[in-house]
Amino acid sequence: MPWIPRGVRDGIVTSRYPRRPDGFGPFFFGHVHVAPVPGDGPEALADAVRACPTGAITFDGDAVRLDRGRCVLCGRCVVLAPGTLRADPGFETAAFGRRALVVPPGEGDDAEVAEARARLARRVRGLRRSVHVRHVDAGSDGSEEWEVAALTNPVYDVQRLGVFFTASPKHADVLLVTGAGSAGMARPLRETYDVMPEPKVVVAVGVDAASGGMVGERYAARGGLAQLVPVDVFVPGSPPSPFGILHGILAAVGILGSRPHDGAEDRAGRSRT
Amino acid sequence: MRAEGPAGAVGGSEAATAPPGATAAATFPSTLRRVRDGARFCGLFALVRPAGGAQLLSVVSADGTLVVEEVPVAAGERRYSSLAHEIPASGWYERRIRDLFGLEPVGHPRPDPLVFPVRPGAHAPLGPGGEPEAAMSPDLTPLAPHVHGEGVFAIPYGPVRSGVFEAVEYLVETSGEDIPHLRTRIFYKHRGVESRFAGMSADDGVLLAERVEGVASVAHALAFSTAVERLGEVAVPLQAELVRVVHAELERVANHLDTMVRHTEAAGQAVAYAVISHHKERVQRLRARLCGSRFGRGVVVPGGIGQPLRLRPAEVLAAIAPLQRRVDEDVRRLMGTPSFVDRLRGTGVLSRDDAHRFAVVGPVGRASGEAEDVRTSRPYGGYARLGHRVVEHRTGGDALARQLVRIEEIAGAFHLVRQAADMLDELGEPASWRATVPPVSGRAIGWAEAPQGEVLSVVEADGGRLAHVTQRSASFHNLAAYPAAFPKDIFTDVAFIEASFGLSIAGAAC
Repeated sequence: MPWIPRGVRDGIVTSRYPRRPDGFGPFFFGHVHVAPVPGDGPEALADAVRACPTGAITFDGDAVRLDRGRCVLCGRCVVLAPGTLRADPGFETAAFGRRALVVPPGEGDDAEVAEARARLARRVRGLRRSVHVRHVDAGSDGSEEWEVAALTNPVYDVQRLGVFFTASPKHADVLLVTGAGSAGMARPLRETYDVMPEPKVVVAVGVDAASGGMVGERYAARGGLAQLVPVDVFVPGSPPSPFGILHGILAAVGILGSRPHDGAEDRAGRSRT
Repeated sequence: MRAEGPAGAVGGSEAATAPPGATAAATFPSTLRRVRDGARFCGLFALVRPAGGAQLLSVVSADGTLVVEEVPVAAGERRYSSLAHEIPASGWYERRIRDLFGLEPVGHPRPDPLVFPVRPGAHAPLGPGGEPEAAMSPDLTPLAPHVHGEGVFAIPYGPVRSGVFEAVEYLVETSGEDIPHLRTRIFYKHRGVESRFAGMSADDGVLLAERVEGVASVAHALAFSTAVERLGEVAVPLQAELVRVVHAELERVANHLDTMVRHTEAAGQAVAYAVISHHKERVQRLRARLCGSRFGRGVVVPGGIGQPLRLRPAEVLAAIAPLQRRVDEDVRRLMGTPSFVDRLRGTGVLSRDDAHRFAVVGPVGRASGEAEDVRTSRPYGGYARLGHRVVEHRTGGDALARQLVRIEEIAGAFHLVRQAADMLDELGEPASWRATVPPVSGRAIGWAEAPQGEVLSVVEADGGRLAHVTQRSASFHNLAAYPAAFPKDIFTDVAFIEASFGLSIAGAAC
């Protein structure tokens, strides 16, 4: 069979997300959900805090908070404190600013996040119909590139949403950056950012880009991208799924709303139980 | 000498001490003798001794074991004699050790910086006086040209490149269209991962090992865990070993499909690109259904596995059968498309001699006559119980040969998954999926055959805490041979040669 008939044989394989939920949503671990009121004893919670490899969980005796910018989704805490922390499939976890990655939000966080979001929305007002994305790797582990590249496969097919990858930063609206902020990429990344025309948006992809993840801050890693470029939207995950990255891009340019703090009720995943 | 066999057998230990200024033959006598006798050079590693000084570990693979030669470097001594003339494969290791530990390989033909160019006057981050947690900036001074002559100029390509790629810079020296010389600069992605392991528990260490080379997370976790299990003399439950095989082989299928996706993209085969990238996506989704992670993360842990398969063995088999059938059919169609195959044939030839000189591993090696596959040469874990045949090595050495090796390996990987699932079905659930690992001390080397080739994990631990870990990816080892595949090609071939090597820059630069 030649290629063209082969191409149409499978019919449409493209996801309807974000208009309709995607059937694959329930199958992967998207984020850790934190109950507003802890459902475990203080000992179990202290164990969960200690077990976290990146120090993402805090417990002040009253409330448990999780920094998704540090969480590498290892799943230890959900076993130790199942009444408070739960592995959920939802991937709509993109956040406007670093503080918005901490769940549940603290006092004043909501207002700050809403303001950051409104500021960004004003900036990107003109972009909604078509968005050009330039990807830059600033010290990733390589898995994020696979997930970004997956956006062009027929399942995600981002062109249908008006999202295009572009070779030149001078044509780009969105800078999609992966990695822990390697020292060697500090200058090339900054140069790429500088030549982009206004308005420009920076989306940081993955937990490494938020905090350095398991690598953290070293002589050659800057503990995330914040020191290198001004980041507007963070997509947590280690690595985030293609849906998570897509959600981050769409949220950043105002095509889609983002729940700033909890992506548990998920258009693309199952409805919450 | 210290030999580490598949069962963790440790031979006698003998350390050569060489005065500074000695020859390589006096410094690494056993390594040189063994490589001359046909052993494969696997790597050169450095460890810092708490009492001062350092130790070099030269590792070769011979007769189903790894043989380690230990060479102490006295406190205050900053030099040792380079092996790179006799064993070109050690050249990149020596440059890496120079960058990170500050030890000079005397007699190295070209000791340019590689993973992290340290500024003049600054301390190497892992050497004496180095502070691995204090921010450093790499020295960005351009490298001196290799090729001289009229009209020769250098084109830097990267680290920000057109398309979704990892950050790397290719420095192409050319007088027009041909590529007499190409240099790869990987330091842009260096993160200092090696310095991060010290002080971690083995359980945290495996999470970091997964992130050394994210597309080969399972293989890195396997190599690391095997080393820790060897130190703790832990017997991993057989069922857990089989689950590891399922994840490791699906990782191989995904990676091999990824190289094919890149080939079709470079060739401008739009429909083939859509079809093959859809297959890769199917594999990634199957992996997520098995464990929640599209990269098999959190599965392999020291002692066994962190979670059993989320599908029953029969369901795994039911998912694999149609997947393999469709992949087979489309790959056959692709390899019957002349406009695609013509781009690969004769492109990026890595000669048998060069493959041997650089001791190339994995599918790239197998396409150029270097056949070692550690799943059979030093069987580990579940592989010792399953039937697996090394893909017949080919000698074409071009991008087409590499592609053909990978196609056969995809079939082999599916076959291993089926065998493992059948055996899991017969055995039923074990009492525990994970054996207890006691606090470990000492040094051991673990290995695994990643999709890119052999991964080594050199683990040193003390009282249950990691003291030093080097995760050596196949990508690092093979990247040294990469420039050797270019001289007969022109610019438009670069994308194909790069895709056909299937290397991960993260793993090489880590």
